[in-house]
Amino acid sequence: MAVLAVENGRRQFDYWLTVYKRTWKGSLVSSFLLPLLYLAAMGIGLGSFVDDNGTGALGGVSYLQFIAPGLLAATALQIAVAESTYPVMGGIKWHKTYFSMISTPLRPADVMYGQLAFIAFRVVTTCAVFVAVIAAFGGLKTAWGVLGLPVALLVGLAVSAPVCAYAATLDNDSGFAMVFRFGVIPAFLFSGAFFPVSQLPNWIEWLAYLSPLWHGVELSRDLSLGTVELLPALGNLAYLSAWFVVGTWLAVRALTRRLIS
Amino acid sequence: MATLTARVIPLPIKPGNGRTLVERNFLVYRRSWIVFVSGFFEPVFYLLSIGIGVAQLVGDFTLADGTKIGYAAFVAPAMLASSAMNGAIFDSTYNIFFRMKYARLYDSMLATPLRPWDVATGEVTWALLRGACYSAMFILVMLVLGLIQSWWALLALPVAVLLGYAFAGAGMALTTFMRSWQDFEFVQLATMPMFLFSATFYPVETYPGYIRWLVEITPLYQGVALERALTTGAVSWTLLINALYLAVMGTAGMYVASRRLGKLLLK
Repeated sequence: MAVLAVENGRRQFDYWLTVYKRTWKGSLVSSFLLPLLYLAAMGIGLGSFVDDNGTGALGGVSYLQFIAPGLLAATALQIAVAESTYPVMGGIKWHKTYFSMISTPLRPADVMYGQLAFIAFRVVTTCAVFVAVIAAFGGLKTAWGVLGLPVALLVGLAVSAPVCAYAATLDNDSGFAMVFRFGVIPAFLFSGAFFPVSQLPNWIEWLAYLSPLWHGVELSRDLSLGTVELLPALGNLAYLSAWFVVGTWLAVRALTRRLIS
Repeated sequence: MATLTARVIPLPIKPGNGRTLVERNFLVYRRSWIVFVSGFFEPVFYLLSIGIGVAQLVGDFTLADGTKIGYAAFVAPAMLASSAMNGAIFDSTYNIFFRMKYARLYDSMLATPLRPWDVATGEVTWALLRGACYSAMFILVMLVLGLIQSWWALLALPVAVLLGYAFAGAGMALTTFMRSWQDFEFVQLATMPMFLFSATFYPVETYPGYIRWLVEITPLYQGVALERALTTGAVSWTLLINALYLAVMGTAGMYVASRRLGKLLLK
């Protein structure tokens, strides 16, 4: 049975990969170029001013080395959410591909697993390019920073599963504007990618701790700077995994209700 | 026959029925007002994050003329200009493309006495009204946070609208050339680098010679320079050139857009 589930999920992944093979050029700018431009503008341009002002607040590392691992995790978040919103709604409402899929032996759960597998693929490929560029710019302080890539994958899965669940319940796409404006953008800006969250007012600092991105940023940065402590790191991992597991359960349930009713 | 011809042939530079389209958009958005209101938060989040969080890392800036300025006061006018650009571009590209190609809205509109010029002016007017609401609220937030240092800031709102006009006109003209959603990557390819590099986060003097020149000819830079001069009070006559640039860009865009819309929709 388990073998069957894996096989079905793999076939679904195959479908999305085939689609992507024909459309990947359209995602070059937003997936690969934009994070690099952010790195250049903030890490190098603004970074020179931060470094001139003294890097005491950052624990003595350069601004580029401070934000690069954070931007990596933040990029994973943005790719994952983008791939979990419109494509899922398209599968249900616009192209209705999900309905054709479940008229075969595939179950809604297989459809969901395939979708998540493809999102994982998108996150890993995009972030791998990003890691390579960061390393070339000197943004990783130690070679352990490369482990930011699996962290980015986990961040991507942790946010994409619950967003897929939400997308499967929506009737139109105006809910996505809310996800971006009140979820993705505040998370991107206030999860410690650009400055330590301890600078925030107390209650916002606590909101930041709830955000899965903060846990990803912490892990990714600690790995790169070589400041990992075992217990907090395990806590970050457990928190992200919980988002992924609960999110997947919710997503499968929501999609099953939506497709079979 | 003459009246029919007069209706079908677009007659530019003549105020028309654009306001009926504005009314239509207003009625539509009344039903999704939350989306409308939420648009205000995005630039404010950026302002709080960069202007307050990152500001603590950057400290004060010394401008080219030697004045010292807090980082938040430096970034805020640039955020105002960028959000005016982003809003105008979004309304005039994604929204218009969707209405033109998928909702086929303009086909039905042109079956009424509306002409392509009315569609172009109506859509741009709507984009500007919406942008003006967001800009006004943003300026209020700046005032509350103590980031406005001059009475010249009273002109910040009209300048934000002018910047919106420039980008709405250009965006709409470009939209008439778009073939599919993939082409919108080019829109991002133009707007994102401008957002990041148009002296938004650090002074233009940071760049070496020819890159600085490249930055200074971008339309967003014109808006950033204008807004920053107005809110910090460092006003000079050269700002009129920046304003003229934006006015010409918007008008040229509008002209091309209405010509092209006529060709696309009335063939």
